[in-house]
Amino acid sequence: MAESAEATMLSAGVKRIAIAGNPNSGKTTVFNKLTGLRHKVGNYPGVTVEKREGRLDGTDIVLLDLPGTYSLSARSPDQEIARDVLFGRLKGTDLPDAVLLVIDANNLERNLYLASQVLELGTPVVIACNMMDVAEARHTTVDCEALSNELGVPVVPTIASKERGLTQLRQALSNTSFTSNMHRQSRPWRLPNAFEKALSNATTILARSGRIREQAMHGAALLWMTDYLSGDKRSREAAERLLSAIPSEDAEKLRATGRQVAEQIPDPVETAIEARYDWISQVAHRVLAQHDSEKRRTGSTTDKIDRILTHRVFGLAIFAVIMFLLFLSIFSWAEPLMDLIETGQLALAGWVEALIPKGPLQSLMTDGVITGVGAVVVFFPQICILFLFLSILEASGYMARAAFLMDRLMSRVGLHGKSFIPLLSSYACAIPGIMATRTIENARDRLTTIMVAPFMSCSARLPVYIIVIGAVFGDRTWLKAGVMFGMYALGTITALVMALLFKKTLLAGPRPTFIMELPPYHMPQPKTVLREMWDRSKLFLTGAGTTIFAVCVLIWALSYFPRMDETELSSEVKAQIAQLDAGDTDSRENIISGAQLRQSALGRLGHFIEPAIEPLGYDWRLGIGILSSFLAREVFVGAMGITFSVGEADETSEALRDKLAGATWPDGRPVLTPWVGMGLMVFYVLACQCVSTLAVVRRETGSWRWPALMFTYMTVLAYLASLAVYQIGSRLG
Amino acid sequence: MPRLLANLSPGENGRITHVAGEADVRHQLLEMGLTSGTLVRMVRVAPLGDPLELHVRGYRLSVRKSEAAMVTIEGD
Repeated sequence: MAESAEATMLSAGVKRIAIAGNPNSGKTTVFNKLTGLRHKVGNYPGVTVEKREGRLDGTDIVLLDLPGTYSLSARSPDQEIARDVLFGRLKGTDLPDAVLLVIDANNLERNLYLASQVLELGTPVVIACNMMDVAEARHTTVDCEALSNELGVPVVPTIASKERGLTQLRQALSNTSFTSNMHRQSRPWRLPNAFEKALSNATTILARSGRIREQAMHGAALLWMTDYLSGDKRSREAAERLLSAIPSEDAEKLRATGRQVAEQIPDPVETAIEARYDWISQVAHRVLAQHDSEKRRTGSTTDKIDRILTHRVFGLAIFAVIMFLLFLSIFSWAEPLMDLIETGQLALAGWVEALIPKGPLQSLMTDGVITGVGAVVVFFPQICILFLFLSILEASGYMARAAFLMDRLMSRVGLHGKSFIPLLSSYACAIPGIMATRTIENARDRLTTIMVAPFMSCSARLPVYIIVIGAVFGDRTWLKAGVMFGMYALGTITALVMALLFKKTLLAGPRPTFIMELPPYHMPQPKTVLREMWDRSKLFLTGAGTTIFAVCVLIWALSYFPRMDETELSSEVKAQIAQLDAGDTDSRENIISGAQLRQSALGRLGHFIEPAIEPLGYDWRLGIGILSSFLAREVFVGAMGITFSVGEADETSEALRDKLAGATWPDGRPVLTPWVGMGLMVFYVLACQCVSTLAVVRRETGSWRWPALMFTYMTVLAYLASLAVYQIGSRLG
Repeated sequence: MPRLLANLSPGENGRITHVAGEADVRHQLLEMGLTSGTLVRMVRVAPLGDPLELHVRGYRLSVRKSEAAMVTIEGD
């Protein structure tokens, strides 16, 4: 289906309809119902805004679900995408032939703000007035016919979640003339005369430039003007981009019209917003059949729920329980699935081993390719569960309450309430955590959250903590638990302190805002939620997954080459082998692969960096572990298994734990003293040893600048901290 | 008697007379419907003391106290 949608998109006769609307207007539910959940998801080039496209069931019309937005100003990348698509300015996405505007019947005035802006762009519009049932329950009835007369476009009443009104909506969309929106030649509301005069000058200049379609001219001129005079940097940049695309003479004249308005009107942007809302209030007054505000005030279910969920005591308690469940689910519910994947991976490797003769190809397949695929897929259950949780929280409306509850706490370190869930998710894995920051509109807040998310101890660090704590602290259960807790606490505190530092220095800016809608609660639609989980999880496989896979193959190559012949084994190794029973081929294999790894490129690198890590108390073998973990932490345990010649090992391997505990320097001193172990774990808490995280940060921020900075500052911090732990600790005894 | 929106008690109403402050925040508040003449009700304060929940133009909007302190209202 996805393929056929793509194929039809390429053919010339196909009509494209963009779906626009406010967040929480039920836009995505409408899209899902109209496409029958058969759509494809990708990203707009260069940004991480999701792009959903699908075919209107039973037609050759292609629907494009735009990011939800409250207005056409360009405050966030999401909003900018939505407006660029509506203008036909976005590379790779044609100007839509029509727009389906989804508006929330409960929230008519604010929804009409965006609607009126979109109408001014002159593209044919069909309006779906959604959630009529909720409005009804709140004693509000929208007269859709009257609204249609006011706006001059078809308005179809819908209840998308219950599939009501969708047949009529499909019909209206198929019947759209696809010619320009003749009803909207001019604005139905007026601005002060000086403003209007300047706008008509701007319209003339823009018309000359040929950059704007004729029908969109009036809307475009006003939007350009308010962008140009906006207090928001991103909006002003958008206005400048248009100026740079037209002849400089015209650009100068256009600027002059802007200055003219600014001189005559104190705050033109405010004037324009207020004039638009004045008109909207009048329209709303005419089309809202009932306006029983007293009943609306006490009658809403959402209010009743909120009285509990945002209650001083119960609200916070329920929040804690939900977060605990979220945490538990990504931590332990995923485990059986992860075990299953690992079992499957081992079985596959065994099968390949039997099929391919021993040698580089066999090793590439089992230790490179299968391990690589496994390393990607093993995260998949966790990511699916997290996204399932997030989709439910978002669809139900609770996500906004979570931010509402946590904002005070997060604002202490200069962050936003919406940073809480991404940071919490990072305890499972920083990758979905960083992907979850997309809900944070403010770019600085989002970057700060991204930059500190990897400090949260993710599940890949857990095996390292387990094996090191086991090797160092033996059977002292309470001490082990305490140290483990300490590692999690260290990561969390560092994240918060670094967030504060970032906000005070590199990412300092005007006081961040917290202006967020608290949408009415909804029963999540199982199909929609599952589909959303799948769409997002799939992006992980295709996006970060490929990098992780490539890195695994690279690690394999570094640890496999150069290879020596068995006759070249050192006399020490030969002596070890000679001591074995003749039938003990497993131990023989383990000793040889250990020797091979030690002289491979990776092993040599371990020796090479020994002077640098010696102050931390590590020998070259731990160096190999650290080096291989720089590509992905979970490799540490496996690499240690091979280095210490115990063969395949995981964190529960007693053989590896004993080897680690018994490892000595050439002069016989033990390597892994408690303080070295502590330092090693501190290093793992703080270092950014995860190429997948860096790959995701690169994708989310659009440049290598941020991942490079992240890698550098985290590694430096990790080195200094573990140096301090080891040097101070071992002097204390 | 002019007051600040931030100082309303839960359940109290007011009519917006003026939105002050930095242009970008002001414009964002205006776009969300907090234009002058609009009736606002303070619904509740978050359990930790900030942000606030407002009822405006038929929907619920959450803003921090610092933002609500830029909005002047008169009793209704």
